Amino acid sequence: MKYMLLIWNRPGFVEELSEAERTAIFGEVDEIMKELTESGELVGGEALAHPSQTRTVRPAAGGTEITDGPFVESKEQFAGYLTVDCDTPERAAEIAARWPDVRHGFGVLEVRAVMEQAGTEM
Amino acid sequence: MTDRAVEDLLRTLAPQVLGVLVRRYGQFYACEDAVQEALLAAATQWPTQGVPDHPRSWLVTVATRRLTDEWRSEHARREREVAVAVRQPGYAAVAPPADEEPPSGDDTLRLLFLCCHPALPVSGQVALTLRAVGGLSTAEIARAYLVPEATMSQRIRRAKQRIEASGARFTLPSPADRDERLGAVLRVLYLVFNEGYAASSGEALHRVELTGEAIRLVRELRRLLPDDGEVAGLLALMLLTDAHRAARTGPDDELVPLAEQDRSRWDRAAIDEGIALVTEALTWSEPGPYQVQAAIAAVHAEAPSAATTDWPQIVALYRVLTRIAPNPMVTLNQAVAVAMVDGPRAGLALLAPLDADDRTAGHHRLAAVRAHLLELAGDRVAARAAYLAAARATTSLPERRYLEVRAARLTADR
Repeated sequence: MKYMLLIWNRPGFVEELSEAERTAIFGEVDEIMKELTESGELVGGEALAHPSQTRTVRPAAGGTEITDGPFVESKEQFAGYLTVDCDTPERAAEIAARWPDVRHGFGVLEVRAVMEQAGTEM
Repeated sequence: MTDRAVEDLLRTLAPQVLGVLVRRYGQFYACEDAVQEALLAAATQWPTQGVPDHPRSWLVTVATRRLTDEWRSEHARREREVAVAVRQPGYAAVAPPADEEPPSGDDTLRLLFLCCHPALPVSGQVALTLRAVGGLSTAEIARAYLVPEATMSQRIRRAKQRIEASGARFTLPSPADRDERLGAVLRVLYLVFNEGYAASSGEALHRVELTGEAIRLVRELRRLLPDDGEVAGLLALMLLTDAHRAARTGPDDELVPLAEQDRSRWDRAAIDEGIALVTEALTWSEPGPYQVQAAIAAVHAEAPSAATTDWPQIVALYRVLTRIAPNPMVTLNQAVAVAMVDGPRAGLALLAPLDADDRTAGHHRLAAVRAHLLELAGDRVAARAAYLAAARATTSLPERRYLEVRAARLTADR
């Protein structure tokens, strides 16, 4: 079963960290990614550019309107994701709980099941 | 020989060749890699250069060469690093040459038990079984499970490491463990089958045919264990289920429920074989869960139309199934059968306790069955709500579409 782990965190939090803290956090990410790669659970993932680089496209009278900045105005912004293929939803949540953003209080992770093309008649 | 024929031959030979190597040299991990390389070499050479006179010996020879090459380079590396390298002695000296040995079915059995070892997670058991016993390449398995090849490759590597670390041997399980270990093998093969059966036709174009592969492996298992009723039962269940394939989806790949399927499109040959298998097995075997599920599928298959289904017979079989293998998912299906005999309210009453069971609470199947029974009971408002709840809970796009259509039908007709 595939799950997408959506990383929501406070933009710019990294700027407030010391060099040592930053290195430690990147080390934690590397460690989890290595573990997921070796276990054959990692399917993919991407980090996104700073929210200030976002353009939001909305429906508007007579067409569309494009504005600079993210759609959701909240303290935490969508920062990236990883997709994993795990045996249980509990395992997906366990991976999310170890992500540094959660462990150090910089943000939250959402665990979302990925829809499949396969299905069985009922 | 066509590419397809070569492929079939290679898949049949794969476990035999691996068995010869593992018995001769131990070291399952290295032997499995070597056999995989030999299979890839054959898959590229045989279609153009012709199949060798003794294909099995050819594969054993090539795989053995890969293995010794690997050892030599590994040995050299260790010599450089540590200066001491002691090899496991002895195996090669006692084993007769491959071409003098008859293929051993026991090797395939031992491999199945090893690949479905309890030390592995289920996803690892599935991947390793398809590669080591099914002779599929990592790329084919990755495509079948819709993950990158690197992901599948790691999953297989990890599974092999766990087998090594667990100290599992290339032997048949002890009589005390046999039933449980065989149960794990059957479960893995059934999972492979279901993965293939549920695939949409669009996906199936790019995926190796998992249902066919699962059926092939269970057939082989049945040849090796003709006295096991559950092996026969699983084969019958797969054949009877797969027989619906042409009728289970409509022109736009939408799901068609059993009651609405065009039965003239069912595969009669598969149905006849499945019915014969399960009927015969039940005359001498103690009924196990696969046999009873196959018997239920057989009753459905024997009905010329949904309306003429022998529901009392199905209810009786579900009663047996809940006794020998109690499981809330079984209760769900039982509720449908009970509703057809004693009315929808009787079926709904069976569902009530499932809301309190962790395995079914909030499950889309529970909501879908409830919706169906509420619709039969004429409670359109509650039925619609239950269909929508099921649609929200499923992670399958075709199932969601089916459930949304059912809900919409109840709104439109009002």
